[in-house]
Amino acid sequence: MPILFYISSLVTLVATVIAITRYHPVHALLYLVVSFLAMSMIFLSLGAPFVAVLEVIVYAGAIIVLFIFVVMMLNLGKDTARQESEWLRPKVWLIPALLSLVLLGEMVALLVIGAEGEMHISVVDPARLSLSLYGGYIIAVELIGFLLMAGIVGAAHIGKHTKKHLHRFLQEKEMEKQEINI
Amino acid sequence: MLGYIPALPFFGFLVLSLGGRFLPRKAVAIIGAGTVVLAALLTMVFGIRWLNDPPVQGAYQQLLWNWFTIGDLSVAVRLRVDALTLVFVFIITFVGALIHIYSTAYMKHDRDYARFFACMNLFVGAMLLLVMADNLVLLYLGWEGVGLCSYLLIGFWYETPANCNAANKAFLVTRIGDTAMLIGLFLLYQKLGTFDIQSILLRSPRQFVAGAHDITLIALLLLAGGMGKSAQIPLQTWLPDAMAGPSPVSALIHAATMVTAGVYLIARMHVLFLLSPQTMAVTALIGGITLFAGGCSAMVQTDIKRVLAYSTISQIGYMFLALGLGAWGAAIFHFFTHAFFKALLFLAAGAVIESLHHEQDIFRMGGLRKRLPLVFYSFVAGAAALAALPFISAGFYSKDPILWYAYSARGGNVLLYLLSLAGAGLTAFYSTRLVLVVFGGVERTPVFEKPARAMNLPLVILAVLAVTVGFIEWPHNLLRLDLFSGFLEGVLPAPVLKGGLPSEGLFQFIAAAVTLLGIYAGYVLYRGRKEVLQKWQRSASIRAVRLFFLSGWGFDILYRTLFVRPFLFVSGIGKPDWLDWLNKGIARVSLALSSLLSVSQNGSLRWYIAGVLIGVLFIITLQLVL
Amino acid sequence: MTPIGANTVLVVAAALFVLGLAAALTRKNIIFILIAVEVMLNASGLAFVAAGAKWHQPDGQVMFLFILAMAAAEISVGLALVLQIYHQHKTLDVEDLKELSD
Repeated sequence: MPILFYISSLVTLVATVIAITRYHPVHALLYLVVSFLAMSMIFLSLGAPFVAVLEVIVYAGAIIVLFIFVVMMLNLGKDTARQESEWLRPKVWLIPALLSLVLLGEMVALLVIGAEGEMHISVVDPARLSLSLYGGYIIAVELIGFLLMAGIVGAAHIGKHTKKHLHRFLQEKEMEKQEINI
Repeated sequence: MLGYIPALPFFGFLVLSLGGRFLPRKAVAIIGAGTVVLAALLTMVFGIRWLNDPPVQGAYQQLLWNWFTIGDLSVAVRLRVDALTLVFVFIITFVGALIHIYSTAYMKHDRDYARFFACMNLFVGAMLLLVMADNLVLLYLGWEGVGLCSYLLIGFWYETPANCNAANKAFLVTRIGDTAMLIGLFLLYQKLGTFDIQSILLRSPRQFVAGAHDITLIALLLLAGGMGKSAQIPLQTWLPDAMAGPSPVSALIHAATMVTAGVYLIARMHVLFLLSPQTMAVTALIGGITLFAGGCSAMVQTDIKRVLAYSTISQIGYMFLALGLGAWGAAIFHFFTHAFFKALLFLAAGAVIESLHHEQDIFRMGGLRKRLPLVFYSFVAGAAALAALPFISAGFYSKDPILWYAYSARGGNVLLYLLSLAGAGLTAFYSTRLVLVVFGGVERTPVFEKPARAMNLPLVILAVLAVTVGFIEWPHNLLRLDLFSGFLEGVLPAPVLKGGLPSEGLFQFIAAAVTLLGIYAGYVLYRGRKEVLQKWQRSASIRAVRLFFLSGWGFDILYRTLFVRPFLFVSGIGKPDWLDWLNKGIARVSLALSSLLSVSQNGSLRWYIAGVLIGVLFIITLQLVL
Repeated sequence: MTPIGANTVLVVAAALFVLGLAAALTRKNIIFILIAVEVMLNASGLAFVAAGAKWHQPDGQVMFLFILAMAAAEISVGLALVLQIYHQHKTLDVEDLKELSD
C-alpha cells in the first residue's frame, strides 16, 4: 500500500508542475484532471474511499468541466496561448518561484523538526463518515447548504447577460451605455 | 421710592430690547421716552421735598438688596442721594428726558427705532446707577455700563465700517482709563478694607499721610479713569470720532452725561484728592492744557459736530481745571450749565443736519437764519452761553469763577490763568465762527424739511434754561446770591484762596473783555473782511498750523506710530502661527507617510498575493528562529 | 510493509500548495489564476484527509467535503465574474483591472 501512495504522489506532483506551465488553457486543464485523478488514488491509499470517489466526481468531473465550458465560451484558444507565451518570460516567474521555494523549505523544515509519527492506515467507512457528518457536524452541513444557495443565486445573477433589442439608429448609444452598468 | 428712579429706565430697556421689534412705533416712543420723563418727574418731586425739608444726614438712602458677600467683604446695592448726586440725577433725567422727546422725532425714519431707545434707556439707567451708588463696586458697574452703551450707540448704524471703528476706538481708549481706575480701586481696598464711599471719605484722612506715595498713586489712578471717560489729554482721541453716532447720542452721552462721569468721580472722592496735592496739580495742569488744545482744534474744524466735540473736550478741561484747584463747587456749577447749553447746541446741530438732509460740512451750509428761525435763535442762545457772553448767558456765571480761581486759589498760578483766559477767547471766537458760517451768508444747501414739533420743544426749553439758569449763582462782589454752592455746601468744601489778591472785579472785567474781543474777531474774519481769511489760506505756514489743529494736535498720528503700528507688526509676525508647527508637523508627517504607503495600494492582484506570501514567510521564519 | 510517515503526506501537500502559489503569482490571465487557486484548495484538502487518517477519525474527510463544496460554489461565482469581466473590458488581463488603487 505505501507503494501506491508514493507512485500516486509522484504522478500528482509531476502533473501539477506541467499543468501550471502550459500556455494553452485547455492543455493546463487536462493535465490538472490527471493530477486530480492521481490525488484520488492518494486518498484511496490513505483509507478514505468515499473522499476519493467524491474527488473524481465533483472536482475532476464538475469543476474542471465548468472551467472548460467557460474557456470554450470565451473562445480562448490560440490567441491566449500566444499571449501567455509572451507574458511568461523568465524574469516574470523567477522571483515568485524563488519565494515559493523558500516557503516550501520553511514548511518542510517545520515538519521535519516536529514529532515524527507513523501512520497505520485503516479504512474509514462511508458509514462512519455519514454518521459523523449528520451527527456532530449537522450545523456545518446546513451552513454549506446556505453557501451553495448563495453560490447558485450569485452565479445566476452575475452571469446574466441581458440583450436589449433596439432600433438600429439607437444601437450605437446603447453600446456606450452598456459599458457602465453591471 | 428712590429705587424707582434708575429702575424705570432699566424697565424700559428690558421691554424694548426683548419685545421692541413687535411693538408699533408709537408704543416704542411712549415707553422709551416715557420712562425717562417719569424718572425726571420723580426726581423733581424728590428735589422739591429736599428743598422744603432737607434730610437729617444730608442724604436719602435706600438699600435694595445684598449683592454678594465674600469672606469679610459684603457689597450691597444701596442707593445714596446727597446734594451732589441730586444735581447729577436732575441733569441726567431732565436733559435726558428732553433728548428722548427730541429723538422720537429725530429717529422717526430709522429702521432700528426700538433698539435706539433700548440702548438710550440702558444708558440712562446705568448713569443713574453710577451717580447714586453707595459703594465703589456699584459705581464701577455703572461706569462699565455707560461705556458699553456708548459703544452700542456710537456704532448704532453698524453697517458702515467707519462707525464700528469709531465705537471700537471709544471703547478701547476709555478702557485704558477704566483699567487704571480699577487698579486704583484695588489699592484703595487693600489699604482701607472697604468699598463704601462714605466710610472711605471719613477714614482716609486718618489712614493716609498727606502727600505720601500710596495716596498719590491711588489718586493718580482714579484721575486716569476720569481722564479716559471725560476725554482729557492724553485720552481724548475718541471723542471727535464718536460723532459718528446720531446727534441725540452725542447730545446725551458726549455732552451732558457720560463725559462728566470723570468729573463726578473726582468730586465725589475729593477727600482723597485733597490728601495728595501733587495729583491736584496734575489735574489742574491737564485741565489747562486740554482746554487750550481743544479750543485750538475747535476753531479750524469743518464738520459741525466735530466743532462741538472739541468744544466739549475744552469745556470739560475747564471743569478739571477747577477740580484741580480745589474749586469743587465751581466745577459742578460749570457742569450744570454746560449740560444745558451743550445739549442744546448738539440738538440744534442735529436739527440743522436733518433739515439739510445729512449735510454736516459747515462751509456747505449758510443762510439758514431766515429759513430755520427757531433753530437759529436757540443755537445763538447756546453759542452765547458757550462763549460766556457777559451777564445774559449761563456760561458767564459758571466760567468766570473758574478763571478767577485759576489765579487766586492756592494751587493757581499765572500760567493756568493765562491758559484759561486764552481758552475763553478761543471759545468766543469759534462760537461766533460757527454761528456766522452756519446761519449767515449765502444759502448753499437748500432746506428740505423743517424740524418737527417734538424737536422744536426741547430746543426752546433748553434755550430758555441756557440763558437763565446762571442766575442762581452770582459772583460775590456783584450779588450775594449763591443758591447752588449753598446747596452743595454739605458735600463739597469751599476753595482755599491765596492771600493778598487784587479785586475780583478786575479779573471779571478782563475776562469779559477777552470774550468780547473773541466775538469781535470772529465777526471781523467771517462776516466783515473776508479777504484776511483768503490771504491766510494762501500762506503755507498758516496752512501747516491749521492742519496741526485740525488733527487734534496730532494725537491720532502719535498713537498710531507709537502703539498701533508696532502692535500690528508684532501680530503680523505671529500670523503664520509658529506655535502651531507641532500640530501641522504631525499632520504633514502622516500625510507624507500615507503617500509613501499608498504606493503599495496599486490595485495589482499579484502584488497583493505576494504581500501575503511575504507576510507568511516572515511569521514562519520567526517561528523557526525563535 | 513500512507504514507511511505522517509527515511525508504533509510534505506532499505542502509541495502542491507551493506549486499553486507560484502559479498564482506568476500568471496574468484570470483563468490560470483560478486554476492555481484550485490546486491550492486541493492541497489543503489533502492535508486534512491525511490528518484524519492518522487518527482514524472521519473528521478529516468531513472537512474535505466542506472544502469541496466551498470550492464548487466559489468557482461557479468566480467564473460568472470572469464572463462579466470579459464582456465589459474585453480582456482577461488582471493588470488592467486596477481601478481600486489609491
